[in-house]
Amino acid sequence: MSGASQAQDGVGAALGARLRDGDVSAAPATLNLLESTTANDRREAAALLAEVSPATLGGEAPGHVIGITGPPGAGKSTLLSALLRAWRADGRSVAMLAVDPSSRRSGGSLLGDRARVEFDPLDRDVFIRSTSAGERLGGLAWATRAAAHALAAAFDVVVIETVGVGQAETEVADVADTVAVVVQPGSGDVLQFLKSGIMEIPDVLVVTKADLGQIAMRTRRDVSASLRSLGSSDTRVVAVSSLSPPRGVEELIAALDEHRMRADVGERRLRARRANALADFAHEHGERGLRALGGRNAAERLLAGQAAELDTAALVATLEQAVR
Amino acid sequence: MSSDHLPRLPERDRPWMMRTYAGHSTAKASNELYRRNLEKGQTGLSVAFDLPTQTGYDPDDELARGEVGKVGVPVSHRGDMAALMDGIPLGEMNTSMTINATAAWLLALYIVAAEEQGVEEQHLQGTTQNDIIKEFLARGTYAFPPAASMRLIADMIAYTVEHVPKWNPINICSYHLQEAGATPVQEIAYAMSNAIAVLDGARERVELAHAGDEQATRALMEQVFGRISFFVNAGVRFVEEHAKLRAMGILWEELGRERYGVQNERHLRFRYGVQVNSLGLTEAQPENNVQRIVLEALAVTLGRDARARAIQLPAWNEALGLPRPWDQQWSLRIQQVLAYETDILEYPDIFEGSIVMDGLVDELLDGARAEMAVVAEHGGAVEAVAYMKGALVDSHRERIRRIEAGEQIVVGQNRYAESEESPLTADAEGGILVVDPAVEAEQIEEVRAWRAARDQAAVDAALGELAEAAADTSAAQNLMVATIAAARAGATTGEWSRTLREVFGSYRAPTGVGEASAALADGTLSELREEVSRLQEQLGRRPKILVGKPGLDGHSNGAEQIAVRARDSGMDVVYEGIRLTPAQIAASALQEGVHVIGLSILSGSHRELIPAVIDALHEAGVTAPVVVGGIIPEQDVAALRDAGVAAVYTPKDFDITQIMRDIVKLVGDEDAGASGAAAAPVAVAGNGATANGSA
Repeated sequence: MSGASQAQDGVGAALGARLRDGDVSAAPATLNLLESTTANDRREAAALLAEVSPATLGGEAPGHVIGITGPPGAGKSTLLSALLRAWRADGRSVAMLAVDPSSRRSGGSLLGDRARVEFDPLDRDVFIRSTSAGERLGGLAWATRAAAHALAAAFDVVVIETVGVGQAETEVADVADTVAVVVQPGSGDVLQFLKSGIMEIPDVLVVTKADLGQIAMRTRRDVSASLRSLGSSDTRVVAVSSLSPPRGVEELIAALDEHRMRADVGERRLRARRANALADFAHEHGERGLRALGGRNAAERLLAGQAAELDTAALVATLEQAVR
Repeated sequence: MSSDHLPRLPERDRPWMMRTYAGHSTAKASNELYRRNLEKGQTGLSVAFDLPTQTGYDPDDELARGEVGKVGVPVSHRGDMAALMDGIPLGEMNTSMTINATAAWLLALYIVAAEEQGVEEQHLQGTTQNDIIKEFLARGTYAFPPAASMRLIADMIAYTVEHVPKWNPINICSYHLQEAGATPVQEIAYAMSNAIAVLDGARERVELAHAGDEQATRALMEQVFGRISFFVNAGVRFVEEHAKLRAMGILWEELGRERYGVQNERHLRFRYGVQVNSLGLTEAQPENNVQRIVLEALAVTLGRDARARAIQLPAWNEALGLPRPWDQQWSLRIQQVLAYETDILEYPDIFEGSIVMDGLVDELLDGARAEMAVVAEHGGAVEAVAYMKGALVDSHRERIRRIEAGEQIVVGQNRYAESEESPLTADAEGGILVVDPAVEAEQIEEVRAWRAARDQAAVDAALGELAEAAADTSAAQNLMVATIAAARAGATTGEWSRTLREVFGSYRAPTGVGEASAALADGTLSELREEVSRLQEQLGRRPKILVGKPGLDGHSNGAEQIAVRARDSGMDVVYEGIRLTPAQIAASALQEGVHVIGLSILSGSHRELIPAVIDALHEAGVTAPVVVGGIIPEQDVAALRDAGVAAVYTPKDFDITQIMRDIVKLVGDEDAGASGAAAAPVAVAGNGATANGSA
């Protein structure tokens, strides 16, 4: 098949170069390409990613990749609208990747998130893309991870929004520089997840609907206490309210920025690239592939020995070569 | 209940109030129409407002584009209201206004127009629809978030009970729920749950105003309960529909006695007005709609114990477009024949003692009570909006499936479709009303002239006070007072709404499509999924469709069904819901990388809005094809195709699976045919709803 959807030769590299130059208008075509599964498009996608790899960029992509997760109804969309407004007022360009769960039976999905996030449709520095989680079990779509990385070359902020608590923020942690978990007042399950270790400790915890007063304050206190008892003093807890007058959004942005400054982004992304490479390899070649490498630990050791600026695709290629 | 058992009433009953849901173009043109209708024997007015007025925008707002004067009359300020009611004695008239989000404002304008006629507010009679929950569920003309909307309603109730005592401040609507696909049980249960939410809100308001004085609170709640009326639907299964109304009467009385301690028999009576079903009216062989309307009217008139207080009937051609005065006259004459020629008004309740009718009523009561309990578990109607919306989308999908499968017969549509040429639609306009497109420009000029000529300082001060009252979270100030002052000062509909939006925030209602459960794969759906899989291989990624409604039209049933079916077919669906600007649609299409765009318009604004969307898409560099669905008159189809629309679907295209097949083929052909271009086609969807069925 060779339809209009197939990218022509050189498209991937050209898109990558535009992103490197900070051209945010390359975002839609970038996503179209990264989401495609045809052999030709995958080749072009690899060329695109090579253009924005740390090796080509001469360092990590400058954008701040933020993962935002939370249970349905926690107020994520309202929060994202407020964040978007504040970031734009600050002159920062924002890309948002909203990941929706797919309908299992048909494979189709309803991607409704963008309708709930308010933004100016004429503002070219805002990019919102909805994607279904796709066929891959237990993980963000490959395309989402690749896209987050690529868009971080052009956008100041890249947000990955996912639904759920428990599994979700673990997956996001493999891509994001900073993970924020959103909870609403009175959501005891999040506390339980934290205490039982089902949920990894996020970098920032956001308690929404601060206008609810007492319940919100109590939730904030409980969350802080739980975090302390787990020995995690680094996690900032921020309470926000989007009802007018909105509160806490500036504080939240400061907390996110502060985490970025404090965290070793290079180290975190390197770890993520290696973890993602292993996951991609395992997805492609299965347990048998891993055994051929001498097991998971051996594969991790092999990856740890590679140059830091190699991107995920190059690391996967390294693993594949080791098998041969 | 009839006290005696004589087969005849000692005196023939007075007929119900007869209305026609009407209004279009301008206040002046609508005023002429109203006067003519009254001369023809209509006994009350039913005002249809255009969508900008219903959603709180002035004619010169970007969102009003293409919608001004279309499905109703534009009323932007007290001058418009005075012109609309010119020569109609407001002290005697009984006026029903189909107005919800902006009901407080339109009532204020009506009060001020009466003042100018020298009529005091206490003499005004009529109804403001004012039921916001069903706007979130079915009709889409909301403006403010739920809590703020409920406060406005409570304020109106509190104000009218004291100052406009003959006014019905709210009509709890089950009408639109049936239009959105509700079963009789759902219609009863959701309407009653909705009434509970409204009454609980009003009780809070009353308790706040009369803190500690239990007796005064109780007396006022008696009044409030007695002023709540309903606006219901009646479908063509008219025996069951009549049973539904009897069941609602029983539940209402029970609710009054048990939940609100109402004792006065008169206040406990279930009072309702009705507009019969539009959802079942067909575009195919539209003359058949006349007999459907007659039978539906029987559902609400046959039994004296559950007879409507006021009736308005849709016109035979509503699935084609906007009805003309002659079409509406035909519907008024149906009412008059029923009331004055037949003998239905001569008897006591003819179903009293009927085992069959009582059994039907019991069945509906059991179902409704169970469903009301589910809503209560969700925390009441306001909290359960998403649940109810999902349930309605599910029911509507089941209805469409039955029609597609031929299990539910629709004469002239899925059975007996062969037909002679209809002389009714033979004229140049195709037998409908076409609003002069110049109206919009005129109204824009008119509202600008109004703003320029008024005392701006007085308007600013009045709006400032309105904002202050709204921001007072203790809700101590009744917003009606500041609203009437703003109306008097000469503020406009858009200004009043903007002032409140700035305080209350804006809101998007749940779309219900996410909540709708996945369909079971029957044979046809499995085939379709295979086609989608093949297309996915061709495209390299899952086919992605953008479904949305440009303009202010909130009738989203058709768009929702398309979205759900596309998902069930295996596509990725970006569903953006209602009230989208061309710029929003273009940005979404571009950013989301969709392969096809489906647009739905039922308000008649397609001639302006669809080309505007296509222009915006071109500007954004989107080449995906566009398909369009809705109430699109035959004579407009060619113009839309010329503008670049790939396919047009109208109510006669009831087979959604076929529409999906078309779309899959369209995307495949575009992909194979285009060379490197990334265009998206546009489709319009409008299945199963009619433009004027928005009463």
